[in-house]
Amino acid sequence: MKSLAKEYRSVREIVGPLLLVEGVSGVTFNEIAEIILPDGSRRRGQVLELDGDRALLQVFEGTTGLNPSQTRVRFEGRPLQLGVSPDLLGRVFDGLGGPIDGGPRPIPGEYLDINGTPINPVSRDYPSEFIETGISAIDGLNSLVRGQKLPIFSGSGLPHNRLTAQICRQSRVLGQAEKFGIVFAAMGITFEEADFFIRDFRQTGAIERSVLFINLADDPAIERIATPRMALTAAEYLAFELGMHILVILTDLTNYAEALREISAARNEVPGRRGYPSYLYTDLASIFERAGRIKERPGSITQMPILSMPEDDKTHPIPDLTGYITEGQIILSRSLHQAGIYPPVDVLPSLSRLRDKGIGPGRTREDHANLASQLFASYARGREARELAVVLGEAALSEIDQAMLRFSDAFEKEFINQGESESRAVLETLDAGWRLLAGLPRSELKRIRTEILDRFLPDPNRNA
Amino acid sequence: MENGEIIKVSGPLVEAVNMKSARMYDVVYVGRQRLVGEVIRLRLDRASIQVYEDTSGLGPGDPVFPSGGPLAVELGPGLLTSIFDGIQRPLDLIARETGSFIRRGVNLAALPRDRRWDFTPAVRPGDKVTAGDVLGTVPETELLVHKILVPPETAGEVLEIAGGSFGLDQPVGLLRTPEGQVPLKLMHTWPVRRPRPYLEKLRPEIPLVTGQRVVDTLFPVAKGGSAAIPGPFGAGKTVFLHQVAKWADSQVIVYIGCGERGNEMADVLLEFPNLKDPRSGRPLMDRTVLIANTSNMPVAAREASIYTGITIAEYYRDMGYDVALMADSTSRWAEALREISGRMEEMPGEEGYPAYLGTRLAAFYERSGRVKCLGSRSATGSLSVVGAVSPPGGDLNDPVVQMTLRAVKVFWALDDQLAYQRHFPAINWLSSYSLYLGNLEGFLGAEVAPEWPELRRWAMGILGREAELKEIIRLIGTETLSLQERLLMDTARSLREDFLHQFAFDENDAYATLQKQYLMLKTIALFHQKSEEALSEGVPLNRILGLPVREQIVRNRYVAEDNLSHFHALEKEIVTSFEALHN
Ligand SMILES: Nc1ncnc2c1ncn2[C@@H]1O[C@H](COP(=O)(O)OP(=O)(O)OP(=O)(O)O)[C@@H](O)[C@H]1O
Ligand SMILES: [Mg+2]
Repeated sequence: MKSLAKEYRSVREIVGPLLLVEGVSGVTFNEIAEIILPDGSRRRGQVLELDGDRALLQVFEGTTGLNPSQTRVRFEGRPLQLGVSPDLLGRVFDGLGGPIDGGPRPIPGEYLDINGTPINPVSRDYPSEFIETGISAIDGLNSLVRGQKLPIFSGSGLPHNRLTAQICRQSRVLGQAEKFGIVFAAMGITFEEADFFIRDFRQTGAIERSVLFINLADDPAIERIATPRMALTAAEYLAFELGMHILVILTDLTNYAEALREISAARNEVPGRRGYPSYLYTDLASIFERAGRIKERPGSITQMPILSMPEDDKTHPIPDLTGYITEGQIILSRSLHQAGIYPPVDVLPSLSRLRDKGIGPGRTREDHANLASQLFASYARGREARELAVVLGEAALSEIDQAMLRFSDAFEKEFINQGESESRAVLETLDAGWRLLAGLPRSELKRIRTEILDRFLPDPNRNA
Repeated sequence: MENGEIIKVSGPLVEAVNMKSARMYDVVYVGRQRLVGEVIRLRLDRASIQVYEDTSGLGPGDPVFPSGGPLAVELGPGLLTSIFDGIQRPLDLIARETGSFIRRGVNLAALPRDRRWDFTPAVRPGDKVTAGDVLGTVPETELLVHKILVPPETAGEVLEIAGGSFGLDQPVGLLRTPEGQVPLKLMHTWPVRRPRPYLEKLRPEIPLVTGQRVVDTLFPVAKGGSAAIPGPFGAGKTVFLHQVAKWADSQVIVYIGCGERGNEMADVLLEFPNLKDPRSGRPLMDRTVLIANTSNMPVAAREASIYTGITIAEYYRDMGYDVALMADSTSRWAEALREISGRMEEMPGEEGYPAYLGTRLAAFYERSGRVKCLGSRSATGSLSVVGAVSPPGGDLNDPVVQMTLRAVKVFWALDDQLAYQRHFPAINWLSSYSLYLGNLEGFLGAEVAPEWPELRRWAMGILGREAELKEIIRLIGTETLSLQERLLMDTARSLREDFLHQFAFDENDAYATLQKQYLMLKTIALFHQKSEEALSEGVPLNRILGLPVREQIVRNRYVAEDNLSHFHALEKEIVTSFEALHN
């Protein structure tokens, strides 16, 4: 331990959210410093770079009002930490872990470095427990499993919050009653948005089993860099120490990435695509990889990050790099939303990479994988037919294409579309899929094994 | 040697002074925790060091200890079935030592020293041996006999050699060399950035059979060849590489997870021990070495991981084996290079990548090849390399994609539209290519069927024509198509849906032998040929397409490998179905 007292008054430079202190010694990379203002108020900074006797700090609360000659800096010799204990449950904190619900600071059992340490891939257990969300577009086609990281790619004005809240309300693992909890991290969202979730958690009682970290749009932007790490540290403690099954909601990752970009710009780094730092992938991975299951430990961390795609563009660096790290994505579509479909999930580009290990006999039903593959194929063909019909008119389509077109319309209206408080059992979802397929010629159902077709395809004569 | 002293810490890059005796690419130990690092730039007495572990807690004034040698891997029995990080630290042993989360500064030998191996000598005292000669063998796993070779750059006379049970540290014999006597051991080390020597490169002319129809039939890769599979996220790179790792007819697989997901490595670790090699019936893990430097593990070790992997692969090649290496994803390797380069404030090139990216990529792929191994036994070995590339936004103009395509001979183009329809493998048949076709036709014609090359050309012709017709349909609808063209559209669809599409997760469909691929394709061609004949004789198209035998072609994928005679029956049935049409 270093002498706690040493204070530096040698701030040389303040640029954007950064602060440069000179003449320091014994300071180490990534450690935390306390920044003391003339009025005695304190802010927190983190060491980004050390060069000789100079330390570069990012200031979480921002540098507004700081003056080089009147600011004192004290290094703490430790990384940013979160004190954890079971008392975290039911509490609301700011983006740096300070209580904002009027309650006392929970008495921590231990302090954990919010940066975490990588899970050894050898110690990971492969996620394979199906989570029933009650939403057909997810359960039927892009199923979520426990320990998965499955983001929602959305856009401004789309109902991602309603969908996420619905998932929080309805999710359950078939045939099990276990310790379930929610860790919620807000980064730069509006008060209304945060309030929507908090009310929903209150109404359902989920708040008792939740920990909330709230950084709102008018809170310091740089704090957002710490917020998801605070949340995931809490989640790791609850999941892997207390054995709870934790659903982590992080919203909105786009605001997080912008804070990172601000730091990078202030450091004069060579910018990557659209000005985001070239290490954005690695940085996001250090968040998203903190999900999963660990062998011989009971709990799990399932992540549902929400991000808004600038200009609804999936190739924008934030959704793009996220998609490269997460285990699939649920993409919301503006045109489905405008057509009045809820949830407006664009199922074709959506994906759950862990689906296949979570479904099937003994988990959902043996027809699930074949059925889903067929629904994807037929819906894709129906959408192609719809595009053709726009140019050439429906009459110009072949008979099969017309059938595909009818199928995909019905698929959107009856399968994807559902009520905001409607929870469909997964078997109900599968049966709905079969009813739709019954409208297509059997010879078109190439993705389905004969035995499965024979058993599950409803008799078309019955509909006639 | 003197210790250096840190003066700068910037993420994974550390600079130290008092490093006059350091050489480029030497390994050093950084800080009191002795974190492993590598010297990547020298300027007077100042060294830039990329550190393979998280640098939190390091600061100016901390010591840097030289190791005196370059980054090297341990080569010997025990590599197979193991999983290492990017600098060959044994992740399974680390988990046992430090638990589920990776702690820093763990120092464990890559290959366990306490394990004993049964060594059977192949030489006798008095024998003259040179580099690459087989000193003896060790049954490493039930799938592979590990040949203990005279290490490169070593030669002399065997003075002593003994059979029996040995640990890796124990000498099994003694060699007299011009430089003096050296003990012979079951392992040696080799620097990762230096390709292992061989006698000469040979023309790759045998296919690497992957069991994936779109690859083996349309865009094959040769044993000793190189291939790249670029594509946007979720298009199927990893599943495809896993398929190749599972089913390719190589004797050794080296799989590198470079900056990708932890769960994907867990998947391999949990699945491979339970999967049987289709040829030997033994667990696939028995022929597999895993390198895992996942996206949340230190960036610099990601850069090293592909060299660690390929050096291990070369080692098995040198024994005379066919080795296949998969790297997922080379883009993450390039990004690691870029991050370190940026922190050294080097002049950025395209997209911020350093100017030497292209040469590094080319040099990496150049380590693939079919070779005549060192030693007097004239063995051949091969090392095939398949790299995934993950370009931003799936854009193929990305410099990593472009530089990779200059270095490799096979391009499997993943297509997100195909992935959206869940047509897997989502490899686009129009834009992909293989430059090995000419080399391999001889083998395929002789080993599978003389008409194989022709059948392939036929299939490619149909698919190409379909694309043209689709353009026409998009403009003016199907009305104007002739009956022959409509038939062709249907055959093309059958090729796509009943042949190219392949379920990775179906027991019978995951893997197809060349024989089965050929027979499947042949039934589609036969049906097409018969249909053309029938059409020209005036049989209505819908009667042809309504033939029930088509249903069977759809189910061809599920025909088991031990039931290939089914296809002969099916061919007969096709012929008789058409005969019946005329009545
Ligand atoms: N051959 C296949 N058979 C069945 N499903 C497949 C196949 N290939 C891919 N998929 C499906 O597509 C998903 C995505 O594939 P994969 O993880 O290989 O993508 P990727 O290209 O590696 O993406 P990223 O670049 O993000 O890692 C898989 O999880 C699986 O659901
Ligand atoms: Mg992948």
